[in-house]
Amino acid sequence: MNNGQRPVNRLPSRVVAALAVGPIAGLAVFYLWPFATLLARAINGNAVADTLSRGATWDVAWFTLWQAVVSTGITMLVGLAPAYIVARFEFPGRQLLVGLLTAIFVLPTVVMGAAFLALLPDSLDRSVWAVIAAHVVFNLAVMVRTVGAFWEHLPTDMESAAATLGASRWRVFVDISLPLLRPSLNAAGAIIFLFTFTSFGVVRILGSAGTRTLEIEVWRRATQLGDIGGAAVLSVLQLAILAAVVSWSTRAQRRHARAVDLRPEQDRRRAKSTGERRFVASVAIGTAALCIAPLAAMAIRSFRSSSGWSTAAWTRLGKAEVRPGIRLGLDPVEALVNSIQNAAWATSFAVALGAMASLAIAAAGRGGRLLDVGLMLPIGTSAVTIGFGMLITFDTPPVDWRAEWWLVPVGHALVALPFVVRTTVGVLRSVDPSLQDAAATLGASPTRAWWDVIVPFLWRPLAVGAALAAAISLGEFGATSFLSRSGGETLPIAIDELLGRTGSLLQAQGYALATILAVATVSLVVGVSRFHDVTGLAHRRAGGQTVDR
Amino acid sequence: MSHLRVEQIGVRFDTTDVLRQATLRVDHAEVVALLGPSGSGKTTLLRVIAGILRPDSGTVWIGTNDITSLPAHQRGVGMVFQDNQLFPHMSTIDNVAYGLRVAGVGKVERQDRGAAWLDRVGLAGFERRNVTELSGGEAKRVALARTLATEPSVVLLDEPLSGLDRELHDHLATQLAQLLVDHSITAVLVTHDPAEADVIASRSVRMDQIDG
Repeated sequence: MNNGQRPVNRLPSRVVAALAVGPIAGLAVFYLWPFATLLARAINGNAVADTLSRGATWDVAWFTLWQAVVSTGITMLVGLAPAYIVARFEFPGRQLLVGLLTAIFVLPTVVMGAAFLALLPDSLDRSVWAVIAAHVVFNLAVMVRTVGAFWEHLPTDMESAAATLGASRWRVFVDISLPLLRPSLNAAGAIIFLFTFTSFGVVRILGSAGTRTLEIEVWRRATQLGDIGGAAVLSVLQLAILAAVVSWSTRAQRRHARAVDLRPEQDRRRAKSTGERRFVASVAIGTAALCIAPLAAMAIRSFRSSSGWSTAAWTRLGKAEVRPGIRLGLDPVEALVNSIQNAAWATSFAVALGAMASLAIAAAGRGGRLLDVGLMLPIGTSAVTIGFGMLITFDTPPVDWRAEWWLVPVGHALVALPFVVRTTVGVLRSVDPSLQDAAATLGASPTRAWWDVIVPFLWRPLAVGAALAAAISLGEFGATSFLSRSGGETLPIAIDELLGRTGSLLQAQGYALATILAVATVSLVVGVSRFHDVTGLAHRRAGGQTVDR
Repeated sequence: MSHLRVEQIGVRFDTTDVLRQATLRVDHAEVVALLGPSGSGKTTLLRVIAGILRPDSGTVWIGTNDITSLPAHQRGVGMVFQDNQLFPHMSTIDNVAYGLRVAGVGKVERQDRGAAWLDRVGLAGFERRNVTELSGGEAKRVALARTLATEPSVVLLDEPLSGLDRELHDHLATQLAQLLVDHSITAVLVTHDPAEADVIASRSVRMDQIDG
């Protein structure tokens, strides 16, 4: 015990402070300042009265709310069966199914939008039902990972006990399983609601003029109508609603939490009766089909042209001219290159700041926790809000940085930073501090001991964090929608533009780019998920609030 | 004829035979203790009888009815689990009366009958108690009352007194033995404690005697 004093043989305070300076400065300049600017613009009396008195504002708020409620309800209903079979049964392809759901969950929102645009018939495209369908498939993983994980640790004997008292399967489910699952259902419902309430990419691709969420409206007013005040008010309105939902969900989870003896190990079994086998097989195959069909449709559509099958979309990807003399004003290959460059820089920024922050947080005491909480703040703010805040803050000299090449990667790094910190800081904290004492008794100075004993644990989680940051940057759409400039389009921006234009070649090129983006993101995330539970992280981000989805 | 007949039950987990040809007969109102070391298949056999586990071979009879493929909730076989498995989201009385509720017994009657069972196990006045706050001994008695309240034709007791201190254990063992006799209950008791078997059961068998 250290009696409230800093233990000996630890990293000197000045080194800790030096490590913390960079992350604190980055957070202050690129998050806190823009956020304060946004708030200041929003509380301008005229803007508040003007925005809130408009009927259109409440139409948008109402639409945002009901589509989120319906999306959440359907996702929870549809997700219950796969959550159950994954929790309780051992079957061939179980791991694959969980992996598939995880892969879908980490897809960029624009890709998900594109996939459903490709899958659904024209009559359903650009409708609220298309948006809801995409939301449901997108978030199935939340049900399987949150509810399924809880379910597999619920004692099966509790259900057997009810059966021996005469309860049929359905009764057991309604009377026993469902009430005990309630805290996890609340948690999953809150996460899905937050994701769908702040949906941006999916709605941008699949929605129409009548299907605007608050996020879309913020973007539209800020970038299309120049109504900065109104956009700021809507951002704050959304933050307030989200904060209310989070606090309600936290209270509900606490209220319904039961002292259930969750078993440390799950006992999944093979389906025994024919009926059980049929049930498990049909749920597994149905769920997999729901996940694969949109992506397959997207890839297939990239090979379709007005005259039938064609590889033109892929072979002409690098050509700026659509037809001789007609230029697109957008180069798909350049967008790909931009995205890779942005991802490289964003990853470097996020990894450098994340490493310094994690080392400082792990080495410091109470101050470290403060920095930890501070660095999680961007999770609580949608990417649209982050991008919007940066846009209206860095627009006047000497900080007119809108044309700077590094502004987009910095925005991406800000969105990715909490993920890098979360992957690394846990590992660093779990290193036994007495190792440093051991090194000290062998003659190492505190700094040397830290360097030799603690720092080597950094590299592996940092590699995971780097891959996550790269994936986040590649698919980032919310902040980029505000920050990217003509000629600097990223893949998601290019996909959105291509799919929004007429002409089968352009559409096919949009699908081709979306396919490339899907493959890149999934490879990155599935690659690192061998080392780390990626959806767990995503849940943590949603436990606070959310990045746009 | 025996009330409960277990004929040549075989259960395989992956490549291990947990039970080969287990055979057991229990007469009406008889309490048989199954003795044997851990891993000898005692609990597995109870689970087969309860309908929680489907055997790979063999049959289970109650009277003249083959119940082998009947689901647990239609068997009329009650079971007290080793770790009680009380429902944490229900009050003590709702736990005890759950089987009656499932059977469609009206609220007033099931509350009365539940309270009577609580009284019989020495827990009068515990109706509204939160089951997660009961002591080990109290929880075991609630689990017992819950099972007996449905008046099952066979009661299975899976180490119902494990984990209690000696004094409480002996007290409850006597109480349990009396309850089983008073209500003429047919029961199978799983235990690894021969002294406990002597107090509660009318006959003891070792697993290696019945599983050939």
